[in-house]
Amino acid sequence: MRKRVDKERLLGVVMISPSILAVAIFIYYFILWSARVSVSKWTGLMPDYTYVKLQNFIGLFHDPRFSIDIRNTLLFTLLFVSGSLIVGLILAILLDQDLKGESFFRSLFIFPMAISYIVTGVAWRWLMNPAAGGRISGLNLLFDKLGLDFLINSWYTTRVWGIAFIAIPAIWQMSGYVMALYLGGLRSIPQEIREAARVDGATEVEIYRHIILPMIRPITLSALIILGHMSLKVFDLIYSIAGKQVALDVPAIYMWQVTFDGLFYGRGAAIGILLLISVAVLIIPYMRYSLKTEESL
Amino acid sequence: MSKRILTVVSILMVISFAISACAPAAPAAEAPATEAGKVQVFSWWTGGGEAAGLEAMIKVFNAKYPNIEFVNEAVAGGAGTNARAVLATRLQAGDPPDSWQGHAGQELIGTYVAAGQIQPLNDLYEANGWLAVMPETLIPLISKDGNIYSVPVNIHRANVMWYNPAVLAANNVAVPTTMEEWFTALETLKAAGVETPLALGEQWTAMHLFETVLLGTMGPEKYNGLWDGTTAWDGPEVTESIANYAKLLTYTNSDATSLTWQDASQLVINGDAAFNVMGDWAEGYFKELGKTPETDFGWAPVPGSVGSFQFLSDSFTLATDAPNPDGVKAWLTVCGSKEGQDAFNPVKGSIPARSDGDKSLYDVYLQSAMADWASNTVVGSLTHGVVANDSWKNEINTALGLYLGTLDGATLQAALTTACAAQGPCK
Repeated sequence: MRKRVDKERLLGVVMISPSILAVAIFIYYFILWSARVSVSKWTGLMPDYTYVKLQNFIGLFHDPRFSIDIRNTLLFTLLFVSGSLIVGLILAILLDQDLKGESFFRSLFIFPMAISYIVTGVAWRWLMNPAAGGRISGLNLLFDKLGLDFLINSWYTTRVWGIAFIAIPAIWQMSGYVMALYLGGLRSIPQEIREAARVDGATEVEIYRHIILPMIRPITLSALIILGHMSLKVFDLIYSIAGKQVALDVPAIYMWQVTFDGLFYGRGAAIGILLLISVAVLIIPYMRYSLKTEESL
Repeated sequence: MSKRILTVVSILMVISFAISACAPAAPAAEAPATEAGKVQVFSWWTGGGEAAGLEAMIKVFNAKYPNIEFVNEAVAGGAGTNARAVLATRLQAGDPPDSWQGHAGQELIGTYVAAGQIQPLNDLYEANGWLAVMPETLIPLISKDGNIYSVPVNIHRANVMWYNPAVLAANNVAVPTTMEEWFTALETLKAAGVETPLALGEQWTAMHLFETVLLGTMGPEKYNGLWDGTTAWDGPEVTESIANYAKLLTYTNSDATSLTWQDASQLVINGDAAFNVMGDWAEGYFKELGKTPETDFGWAPVPGSVGSFQFLSDSFTLATDAPNPDGVKAWLTVCGSKEGQDAFNPVKGSIPARSDGDKSLYDVYLQSAMADWASNTVVGSLTHGVVANDSWKNEINTALGLYLGTLDGATLQAALTTACAAQGPCK
């Protein structure tokens, strides 16, 4: 009997060893390697690991382009996360009303998630065409034809606030996913609780405000973490809409451009490490929280 | 039973993983035996006229050197961005191709000479008499410390102003040749209700415009001085250039950042814009759209830069650790020959680097460019890698990108001065 258990255990270890090895090399080893590059003065084609302390990091905090990156990321994250949560919650509540054709709408809202950010970006680049006058096109053309001229704007080419418009396609893409999360949460709330509240004279709004929303708070937290870390790393959506331009720069694009176009490997690695830290600040407490919850189950 | 299969599968996975991890080392081990009669040429010419031009040149090569096998190692995507990343990885791993494509000038020298990856080719230039057939002002721009490091195959011109003859004629505007005339023309067009007097595209096209304004404002000598440290970046010439640039930007389309260079050039063809500054690959694009030179579109040097030819060039190198250096020399001999260049360029839509190309093979625009190439002062392009290395260019690009958001000329000039001190020759 004991032998059998040992054998199974051995088999288990053998089975997962390829992926452990892959993760160890391609994730953790490269994190360490990037950390090493980030404190080196490597500029140019060939590696130069001369230690320069935190110079690359200090340089970034004096770099006007990197301040634009931080501002853009914060603004984008704020709009994208709050927008997706609000739209997702509204859609979930609407679908939770036992309406006809629910599964049709459910699929409809969740489909955008199946598309890659590149495709979303290309489609929205066309929709948000900022051309003016005779070349007007995309949504601006639609607004023009409908007589909604006050809605015509220059979208992501708007000075200073252009990044805010990039949040629109991102919300379009991810709010269906948030809806699915919330819908699962709403469905898990027993009908009896609502009925009891109604018997006690609560209005529908009060039921959502005081009972349902508090009960789905863990889902809000999960959604917040998932959207938040996606938003910090955003690259493909912005690149496919705006290309390489400083006005809509974010750390991931700066990292790529400075490393491969400018050959500043040290500075690029420093941006990578800062990105990793910012995501870790978000993810690690969440992972600890969910591990604890799992253990207590 | 099924458990045993799973065990076998997982063991296989471990083994295959281990093997794949060793894979990059394998080609190096077998290299000496198999590469003797081969020359690997690395490029990003994978589509359109470029790929067709390369094929034409390979044909010439195969006819001349039937015993050397040409291995075309072209990597597709992103105007060379992908290829350059692949090349960097191969060089860092010590597995260089025999020869690779690069923009002639500092982009090549700053990256590959600095890293000791390519060899000087002076003997090849002398043996083939290329110094006599290539413009005298070209050679210093593709050399470092007297060593020439690559063989230019084609030449493109950066300082070309394209215009719509019908739009100019309708508004009684003559083709401007100086900055002042250009501003007058733009003002007249704007007053007459031309929507976009000067078409502009995404950020790199703004840098392209900027370099031509630098040249047009300060002339070729001062312009060359910017890149060897003799013209000060905080001096009055740069201040004036930035002022001219700022003025030009007021005549551009509001949606510039959303347009590719093709979109921007097309505004001229469609009559939405009067002028566009773009390299002469735009001519190939116009012809693709079915347009006729001189009737549907016209060209002139960017105002102020008449008599200067701001060039960029694709060129090929000889790797320091080339597995087959004799094969590369054969390839480079074809690259620099009249026959090779006249095979490549008419198909690609560029002119030969030699000034003795057969003019009858080229169209009317390219013939005019060939005449200028032979007679003008040759200066290098910034955006396309001739005058500044990648790091310096990247810092200029960032400074310019920030400027496009703020339009603060003093900050731009300060940033350009810092960039030259940090990455260029300024001390």
